[in-house]
Amino acid sequence: MAKEKEAMFSQKNRRLLLDPLNDDNPITVQVLGICSALAITVQLKPAIVMAVAVMFVLVFGNLIVSLMRNIIPNRIRIIVQLLIVAFLVILVDQVLKAYAYDVSKELSVFVGLIITNCIIMGRFEAFALANGPWKSVLDGVGNSMGYGIILIIVAFFRELLGSGKLGGYEVLGHKAKTIAESTGVYQYGYENNGFMLLSPMALITVGIIIWYQRSRNRKLIEN
Amino acid sequence: MDRNSNIYTFIFAIVMVVVVAAILAFTATTLKPLQAENVRKEKMQNILSTIGVEVDREQAGAKFEEFIKKQLALKPDGSVNSEVDAFKMDLHKETKKPHENQNYPIYLAEKDGKKYYIVPLYGAGLWDAIWGYIALESDKNTIFGASFDHAGETPGLGAEINQSWFEDEYIGKTIFDEEGNFVSVKAIKGGAKVGDMHGVDAISGGTITSDGVTDMVEERLNNYIPYLKKD
Repeated sequence: MAKEKEAMFSQKNRRLLLDPLNDDNPITVQVLGICSALAITVQLKPAIVMAVAVMFVLVFGNLIVSLMRNIIPNRIRIIVQLLIVAFLVILVDQVLKAYAYDVSKELSVFVGLIITNCIIMGRFEAFALANGPWKSVLDGVGNSMGYGIILIIVAFFRELLGSGKLGGYEVLGHKAKTIAESTGVYQYGYENNGFMLLSPMALITVGIIIWYQRSRNRKLIEN
Repeated sequence: MDRNSNIYTFIFAIVMVVVVAAILAFTATTLKPLQAENVRKEKMQNILSTIGVEVDREQAGAKFEEFIKKQLALKPDGSVNSEVDAFKMDLHKETKKPHENQNYPIYLAEKDGKKYYIVPLYGAGLWDAIWGYIALESDKNTIFGASFDHAGETPGLGAEINQSWFEDEYIGKTIFDEEGNFVSVKAIKGGAKVGDMHGVDAISGGTITSDGVTDMVEERLNNYIPYLKKD
């Protein structure tokens, strides 16, 4: 498909897709969507589910807003955008509850978090309202990937250091009641860092990522 | 039409809201039976999981018939109220009634010739409702299995109550002490002592949800003492 529609991925459009991954990352550069980045990065699995859910809502929301951009009254545009997000999220939730019940249970709390995610409203307002549908879709994919990638990195470290697991698997060995019964690193007296499970460590992890990114990316260094 | 005029704005808002409401209402109504069926089967799965029967959602109905012999609604004094359908009872509404007017559902199960008493639980977590089931062995004291679930606890923290590592901790614990006094099973912050028959490890970072489970187990089981102490 990509070959036939080569023109659709022009230099400019590719930037829409790739910029949010680094130079214009919604979390580390624009510092949006921090609230959900704290709440659901305790484990890898919910972080991935959240990233996928946000991608769905952002891509379709951007598309709808972009298609309607010439008829939305200026004075109530924020409310209209909010309505579109809420509509998409509820629709998805209802369909999942009927056809993919387990996924819907996994998503339970995120539904509210998606509606209030500032990245989504931010992209509607800053991009979709002023650009065509295809560009808006690319922007949606790009930004949700930029969001998702940070979420997954943070969740990786928090789950690994906080509970010694990755995606629910005990990668560091099993921690039993006593050291003698434990396996893996736990038999040498290793302890999980419970602090990693609490929200402050998510902020600190995001901070470290921002520091690392800025020290590597000259474009982001301010005077 | 002028996009900034009041009339346009009003018309747009009304049309938009009506369209969105119509689509959502239509979807919700059409999908309702499917959703209700999922919830019903999940309840059966949860009940069965406390006696160690794991089934997928399709077979839940048939297996439930096979293992659950009786579904009783109990009066506060422990006698059976035959007018109420235990499975259809809504514990959320039931727990709001005064103690004397409540009915207490209990499921009697039989597996491999052994009897089990399954008590449904309902309580409050940190954000929303939590609920679950506890299966007692035929001595009406030892916990054979437990299953918990929640409406909206924090993923990775309080939401861990529906994970097997937490649920399995309850297996083998006893709800009465050696003198026969009711002590329940508590989730203890910092971890239960080895050999504690009435305590399990609480969830790190999920203290309020863990306390919610402790309260729920104690409060609900307490209502069944008249029945459990009989014969």
